[in-house]
Amino acid sequence: MQTSATKVMDDNEIRRALTRIAHEIIERNKGAQNLVVIGVQSRGVPMAERLARLISEIEGVEIQMGSLNVALYRDDYATRSARTISASEIPFDVTDKTVILVDEVLFTGRTTRAALDAIMDLGRPAVIQLAVLIDRGHREVPIRADYVGRNLPTSKKESVDVHWVETKGEDAVMIAKAAEGRGQRAEGS
Amino acid sequence: MTAAEIGLILDTAESYKEILSRPVKKVPILRGKSVCTLFYENSTRTRCSFEIAAKIMSADTTTVSTGGSSIQKGESLKDTLLTLEAMGMDLFVIRHGASGAPHFAAQVVKSSVVNAGDGMHEHPTQGLLDMLTIRENKSEIKGLNVLIVGDIMHSRVARSNLWGLSKMGAEVRLCGPSTLLPAEVEKLPVKVFTDLDAAIEGADVVNVLRIQLERMDRGFFPSIREYSTLFGINKSRLRRAKRDVLVMHPGPMNRGIEITPEVADGEFAVITDQVTNGVAVRMALLYLLLGGGAHVGTA
Repeated sequence: MQTSATKVMDDNEIRRALTRIAHEIIERNKGAQNLVVIGVQSRGVPMAERLARLISEIEGVEIQMGSLNVALYRDDYATRSARTISASEIPFDVTDKTVILVDEVLFTGRTTRAALDAIMDLGRPAVIQLAVLIDRGHREVPIRADYVGRNLPTSKKESVDVHWVETKGEDAVMIAKAAEGRGQRAEGS
Repeated sequence: MTAAEIGLILDTAESYKEILSRPVKKVPILRGKSVCTLFYENSTRTRCSFEIAAKIMSADTTTVSTGGSSIQKGESLKDTLLTLEAMGMDLFVIRHGASGAPHFAAQVVKSSVVNAGDGMHEHPTQGLLDMLTIRENKSEIKGLNVLIVGDIMHSRVARSNLWGLSKMGAEVRLCGPSTLLPAEVEKLPVKVFTDLDAAIEGADVVNVLRIQLERMDRGFFPSIREYSTLFGINKSRLRRAKRDVLVMHPGPMNRGIEITPEVADGEFAVITDQVTNGVAVRMALLYLLLGGGAHVGTA
């Protein structure tokens, strides 16, 4: 497990960042028509729920939300443990929609690449935009986020964990030095 | 297999069911992997189920059955396996008439081996899909009263079911004519009945086994009609079970013999759900053996 972890974002900072992202999404897309929000399981889902709710409140329209399991699209499955097993739940058609893909940390970009493939198998969106809370650098594929909560330069030996109150009891972004033997295990997208 | 391993497989299978109802039933996880289904006995559902499961996961499949292969020329199981492995097979799905054949195969080849039914020993994927079907209808297996009725002696489905279900905490009842109950059956963790009306009393699940008509000539029971009268599942018998009883059958059914068409097509039967769950369970196994995730022992 990890040694001492440092909190780099607290619940208020996260809340402000998500509020700003929600406004940016609405501004860039000139409204919320045809907008749907899809969170990457498992830790992108609480963030997707909050963004969908924020956009709903600001624009006064119901925003549909789904959760995406990308386990079967990964290229690095052999090095990751089997995490929470749950099915994708996307109760709407993605075709012709503006899909806001949401994940909590953007790192190598491989998870996002897998998520794009997964979404394409479900339909043909008009546009896919990526919203992340943390961009920690070290991309291994040409992927970039459209909306970023905070840029966090890190070393590959560190791990970045986002805690959500729904699962960990508090909202926080934690950085820790990875323990021996973890190597460069990707902790985000 | 431990209860935890069973739970992992069932949870994984459950999360894959959604893929089967997509317009594009394809995920890339096993791209480039080769799966060989090696069937020394006839099969429709098991064989097709494994093939479809592999294909949905983007694996390449090769099917070898006895007819049309060099098995007819007398080639041994060992040579067949080594030959196919040399072609790059990553996983073998084996159905064989000899109990223990998959275990033997696992020692011959380095690739993974899945048991699709060996002799009278086990049919583990059937046991798993039966448990998944029960779990999704009854929320948990623990404490349920499950009746397995039919030719228990020759049934690998019965064995896999009873081991799996007892590990998950169900109370298992076996019922059949005494000529079709295995010797020393009382030593198994089950209750044994030869009277179906008593056995079915209060059952949560009734799993009906196929009566193997080819056995009729060997004195196991006097006539098909007598078997059907004493051990057939019909609507009136079913009334003794719980009101929300599940009726299952591994297939293929002999409609009118061990199960009436009325029951087979009726509101309590989940037979076609079992088949769908079979694909999901096999996808889960292929993923766990070939695609990464926690390691599971040989099925």
